[in-house]
Amino acid sequence: MEGKERQRRSKRERGRKRGEFILVSDKHTDASFLIHHFLSFYLRAGCKVCFLGLVQSFSHYSAISQRLGVSLTQAREKGQLVFLEGLKESLGVLLQGEASKGTRAVDFLRDPSSGLRGLYDFVRDNVRGGGGGEEWGPPVLLVDDLSVVLSLGVSVGAALDFSHYCRATVCSKLQGSMVMLVRCEEEEEEEESDEGSERLLRGLIHQCSLTLQVQGLPTGYCRDIHGQVEVCWRGQCDGQQTQKKLFQYKVHDKGASFFARGTSSAVL
Amino acid sequence: MAAPRRSVGKPTSDRLPCNTTSFQKKSRSKLVSIPGTRPSVQNGQLIVSTGVTSLDYVIGGGLAVGTLLLIEEDRYDSYSRMLLKYFLAEGVVCGHELYVASALDHCNDILQELPAPILDDIASPKTVEDQAKSCDPESQEAMKIAWRYQHLPKVQTALASSSRFGHYYDVSKTMDPEICQAARCHGFYLPEHSTAVTSPTTTGPMSETYSSLLNNLQEVIHREGFDGSVPQTKSRNILRIGLHSLGSALWGDDLCCRENPSHGRALTTFLYGLRAMLRSSLSVAVVTVPSHLIQVRVCAVH
Repeated sequence: MEGKERQRRSKRERGRKRGEFILVSDKHTDASFLIHHFLSFYLRAGCKVCFLGLVQSFSHYSAISQRLGVSLTQAREKGQLVFLEGLKESLGVLLQGEASKGTRAVDFLRDPSSGLRGLYDFVRDNVRGGGGGEEWGPPVLLVDDLSVVLSLGVSVGAALDFSHYCRATVCSKLQGSMVMLVRCEEEEEEEESDEGSERLLRGLIHQCSLTLQVQGLPTGYCRDIHGQVEVCWRGQCDGQQTQKKLFQYKVHDKGASFFARGTSSAVL
Repeated sequence: MAAPRRSVGKPTSDRLPCNTTSFQKKSRSKLVSIPGTRPSVQNGQLIVSTGVTSLDYVIGGGLAVGTLLLIEEDRYDSYSRMLLKYFLAEGVVCGHELYVASALDHCNDILQELPAPILDDIASPKTVEDQAKSCDPESQEAMKIAWRYQHLPKVQTALASSSRFGHYYDVSKTMDPEICQAARCHGFYLPEHSTAVTSPTTTGPMSETYSSLLNNLQEVIHREGFDGSVPQTKSRNILRIGLHSLGSALWGDDLCCRENPSHGRALTTFLYGLRAMLRSSLSVAVVTVPSHLIQVRVCAVH
């Protein structure tokens, strides 16, 4: 992770005027190790974190963060972390229908055509720092993952609207950061480019400032190299060039290590 | 010379247990060990066997408790149905509770078709009265030649102890009805439930049949205490959930019939709800889906 940190720090030192929107996408593999990394990274940095955990339970993230050295339960109690347990709230809505009294954040399950307005309201209300004792750092929004709402009936346009509104609030207004995970399905021969997560991914790439596209190795399974990451800094409107770099990674118990292609410890 | 005579006179309560040693492993962990499960060697998660040991090997030791295994059916649902039966048979042998849902067969029919486990010959202690009753007339008198072995318990064919992980099955025979009946099974047979579906509120993108299944499953989990709601006096157990042929037309889902289904996201929403339920309870699920019939690309099946 050291190489990635160095690159990110150098980017920050260039003096951005707005916060960062980091998009993590994966295909044929699981990029959630990056989400766990970002979660523990921002909590250790003292930022106020709003985490939308739509695909796993709180105890799952808590167990992994424990290994990375951060206690989610403590952060939650102190008020540094606001966690939306998507699975638990959704189950309440799915079982009881209209009669459930859960949070309005998962209203998209009651009526998918209404979009992600409820979810955005949740983010807006919880992402502001301060209020109650300690002052935390800049706010951070983490979403794991956004493509699951597509399989629950929400349209691609609504998901893009949601990310646009979140970016406007978190990155521009509050100078915070945003990290979203989008999972793509496999490409098929017939290109249905109008539907699905491909369209969502393309729309989000245009909105973000840094893309981390994680894929498995094209040559197949390897025990020492778990996949490759393509890091792409998108040129912002102040004239910066788009840079692309390709790294390979290996996931360990306590994080992941990145290295240039061909320099894996198995090869050298 | 004196040893055999002394042991014959011993009361049965002093006999050694089946494993013939008095060594007991001290488990320091506070976790209650549930029969038929073990912690994974890779990440310590609690795993159960799928019933097919080679499949266990391929998926990394076994199925983790709280997860879901999705099986895409083959053309005539022959091998996928077999896998489902292995999964349920393993549950019967390990003493887990079962939940079977099908729109095609009643759960009793499915249970009668389970493959027979291959039994081990293990020694089981029998009381003196049992031995006297079941002995052949020839061996009722004390052994004259092999008298040193007289005090050892008689070997009896019995079900392999559930301390083993993963059992083998003989597909040419069906499971003994007595073993089947010893297992607790909850069934959901759609034709029986469809008349009772009275949900006045439609639950968004999910169809009524799926929501009735989800509600029934939640009710069973809550009632039997798999989600920790009821403090169980007896030891904890695992619920094995087998859902047969979800997404087929029999479940009222036209996903497999049309290119533009009316409830295109019903199955994925149901799976999302099922995942939420599994993560919060001691259960493991196997779902078979006839994906070869689905004509439209289902978005992001996770």
